[in-house]
Amino acid sequence: MLENKGHPNRLGIWGWLGGGKWGFERYLYTLHRLTGLGLLLYFLLHIFVTSARAFGAEAWASSMGAVSGPPGTARGLFFTVGEFLVFAAFAFHAANGVRLVLVELGFAIGNPIEPVYPYRTSVHEQRPLALGIMVVAGLLVLAGGLDFFILH
Amino acid sequence: MRDQRLWTWHVLAGLVILVFLGLHMAIMHLDVLVGIFNPADPHPIAWANVVARAKMGFFTVSYIVLLGAALFHGLYGLRNILFELGPARGVKSALNLVLAAGGVGLFVFGAWAAWTAGALARTL
Repeated sequence: MLENKGHPNRLGIWGWLGGGKWGFERYLYTLHRLTGLGLLLYFLLHIFVTSARAFGAEAWASSMGAVSGPPGTARGLFFTVGEFLVFAAFAFHAANGVRLVLVELGFAIGNPIEPVYPYRTSVHEQRPLALGIMVVAGLLVLAGGLDFFILH
Repeated sequence: MRDQRLWTWHVLAGLVILVFLGLHMAIMHLDVLVGIFNPADPHPIAWANVVARAKMGFFTVSYIVLLGAALFHGLYGLRNILFELGPARGVKSALNLVLAAGGVGLFVFGAWAAWTAGALARTL
């Protein structure tokens, strides 16, 4: 990992890519930001697309037609996969957000200990929560995949 | 102090989103597995279902609450990411203004659409 001592956040967004010694949770941090930005972009467009319902059935059909395609076509698959990615991003961002709230409130990080060498990091105490939360996110994504691509 | 207060609102807005967006995702995207609030047609975005949900006051209120919470949570998150890149003070002020004005504008527009759709649905 590049040295940034004395230059806070000198790495900018490139620093998101380097997990370095922070490991698994650092990649969750990066993915949380990327999914957050993706969801925000989608949400801003979603406000305009779904506002068509205020103008009646025809405007709604026209608006929905612009963001979907007939089943079995490349256009239909494009929008279905896109929607699934939004669902998966939500599942990850929500589950990881719950983890972040729990950690911020002091849950699942272990009890305070004396700073005696060799020092121990609380990251290892947090790891089971992170792994458990990712299992939950994975199950949600699987449920979404089942509904999007198999049951429909 | 101000940022601490905004951060607390950011976290609280996230919890509101978890509940209401979770419900929205279940209705719209887990429609076969969960199958709720789509009384008129199997397809969640069918106009008949949109009208049926819009007739329920709960959905009008929940859409507006979700709209406000998601706009604040998303735009404040974006602001944090942009501020971390170390922009000049003037750029920070401009970003604050643009994000706040954009958020309020989108909230007014989205809330108007939700309210108008509810009013339209009750006439059908």
